[in-house]
Amino acid sequence: MTLRVLAAMSGGVDSAVAAARAAEAGHDVTGVHLALSKNPQSYRTGARGCCTVEDSRDARRAADVIGIPFYVWDMAEEFDREVVQDFVAEYAAGRTPNPCLRCNEKIKFEAVLERAVALGFDAVCTGHHVRLEDGRLRRSVDYAKDQSYVLAVLDREQIAHSMFPLGDCTKAEVRAEADRRGLAVADKPDSHDICFIADGDTAGFLNRRLGSEPGPIVDESGEVLGSHDGAHAFTVGQRKGLNLGGAVNRRYVLSIEPVSNTVTVGSRDALAVDRITAERPVWSGCEPPAEPTAFTVQLRAHGEVHGCRAHERDGRLEIVLDEPATGVARGQAAVLYDGDVVMGSATISATSRVGEAAAAG
Amino acid sequence: MVYFDHAATTPVRPEAVADMTAEFGALGNASALHAAGRRARRAVEESREAVAEALGATPHEVVFTSGGTEADNLAVKGLYWARNGADPARRRILVSAVEHHAVLDPAHWMAEHQGAVVEELPVDGRGRLDPGTLRAAIERDPASVALVSVMWANNEVGTVQPVAELAAAAAEYGIWFHTDAVQAVGVEPVDFAASGVSALTVTGHKLGGPVGAGALLLARGVDPVPVLHGGGQEREVRSGTLMTPLLRGFATAVRLAAAERVEHAAELATLRDELVEAVRAVVPDARLNGHPTDRLAGNANIGFPGCEGDALLMLLDAQGIECSTGSACSAGVSQASHVLLALGADPDTARDSLRFSLGRGSTRADVKTLAEAIGPAVERARAARAKRR
Repeated sequence: MTLRVLAAMSGGVDSAVAAARAAEAGHDVTGVHLALSKNPQSYRTGARGCCTVEDSRDARRAADVIGIPFYVWDMAEEFDREVVQDFVAEYAAGRTPNPCLRCNEKIKFEAVLERAVALGFDAVCTGHHVRLEDGRLRRSVDYAKDQSYVLAVLDREQIAHSMFPLGDCTKAEVRAEADRRGLAVADKPDSHDICFIADGDTAGFLNRRLGSEPGPIVDESGEVLGSHDGAHAFTVGQRKGLNLGGAVNRRYVLSIEPVSNTVTVGSRDALAVDRITAERPVWSGCEPPAEPTAFTVQLRAHGEVHGCRAHERDGRLEIVLDEPATGVARGQAAVLYDGDVVMGSATISATSRVGEAAAAG
Repeated sequence: MVYFDHAATTPVRPEAVADMTAEFGALGNASALHAAGRRARRAVEESREAVAEALGATPHEVVFTSGGTEADNLAVKGLYWARNGADPARRRILVSAVEHHAVLDPAHWMAEHQGAVVEELPVDGRGRLDPGTLRAAIERDPASVALVSVMWANNEVGTVQPVAELAAAAAEYGIWFHTDAVQAVGVEPVDFAASGVSALTVTGHKLGGPVGAGALLLARGVDPVPVLHGGGQEREVRSGTLMTPLLRGFATAVRLAAAERVEHAAELATLRDELVEAVRAVVPDARLNGHPTDRLAGNANIGFPGCEGDALLMLLDAQGIECSTGSACSAGVSQASHVLLALGADPDTARDSLRFSLGRGSTRADVKTLAEAIGPAVERARAARAKRR
């Protein structure tokens, strides 16, 4: 069946090959570059940044080669409101957000998808490395490049209007195919880091947005071990940058309390949690389990998976890990898998160890 | 394909193609002293005479440029430097708020880098600059004005300015008056001498000539400081090897455009009015932007309440109907039109409009095709706009 497909083209190699594959499959494809910044930079700096004038041109040239119409959609207002401001607010609340996930949830598969459907398109196609099988998301065959974690937030309706042509091949194969198709972006570096923080300095970006207020670094008993220049520079599990001096044993950030501007640190053992509560669950792969059910769960991007039992209660996802895990940060997604198929996703709101009261809510 | 973007560029006349093709096969740098050079020089000078005659100027008043943007830059920067250099008190550049970026941006650049003071004069809701507004701005301090630049007709909404009256107000105080007549030549009675302007921009590709050739007409005694320095061509005002083939094509197109203007403009205006009527019949709340009567014959700039112009453009493009949002692009990001904002639109309405510009080859069948496509397109664009709220 020929679908009217809107291919989101970032100017990178993945989205270019995805659009080419969709067109080759016989779909009626239109390329769209999303302009996410009101004042785009002229050039990329290494692997950082995106949506530059250069990226826009690369996307246009790829569309030319594929032979599809191409437009630029201005989504800068939506991106600032839904992604950038949310990112800042999450840090201000002591959580660790994933802006790529948020962008998929609110921009690519909400604002863009809704606009596309209203304009007569059937689906949005992207270059994400993920498989779509029988309405379920499944990890890419290239596990190192798999992006199912940042797409698991999509609900069934969003997935029904999505097209991910790249899940069955590796990144190396995508590059080779781009070269074969004559797409000039075949050798373009991968994007890393957060696209709207072009210099890669997340702490500096947050300081400019939130201001930085010095505050105490305390241990679990409340004893002050040192001070910091701004709590939002820290994330749970972080060890570097605490500057507590040699006398103190290795310490890790356990929690961040924005109201009192306090960073609590402790030993690696203290970092380990095995009970996780997560909010706003989305179940794309199965019905919400009312009783504890065995899954594997991924707790951060590119993180390892853990065995667990999980169920939904009062609109929240309750997870008990088979073994304690470290570096579990509020604000990150807990994504449940059955094998390599996505079952559901929710945002981590509290963690604790078995037998303890939940820390932070 | 239905092409309603003649204001962006319009097909090259076959006569111009034939002349350029012949000239591309000929040899000679028009500045060289030998026979081949003299032959090329003759072609350039005959082109200059043809352009001058078609536009009511003398050949000596024609300075060839690469097109409208270069001519506008030479006028704004060069005339400012000349006046300000002779009298440093002359720092004000008066422009209308609806000028093309080729005038606005050099003017603001002069303010940022050269100590100029730019005043954007407001227009009324139909896009017209009242000569009284210009006069009042001048009279606040006539001795401090370096130049005035007001376009002959607006490229987005098509409003025709009272150029002769505006130029007369400037002339009264001995102030140089430049006009960008890029959109006007070929449909409006552009007569350089009769208009009383000091400098006038014209370009080839808006009237059936090639892209890459245009001219700045400069009245006697109106001598800008050069922007391009080099071999001293074009009486030291605009250096650069003369592009003989393009100039021949430009001259042929200008000559034909002037000769056919009255009939052509009448035909375009009739077709344009039919287009507006046809669109309104399907979309009753569609709004004609600009002036109802004093507008370019081929221009229909129409607002579609509740739509985003770029969504409409995409939907029409998919049906083979080509038009423009008329707004500036940087990195392809459409901005709210500064022209519609100057006419009093709010930022949302300044993005809801499409410019349909007609020209040679536009037909009733084209209008009918648009009339059939516009209804469903507007419906979809409205649904998409509603989703963004």
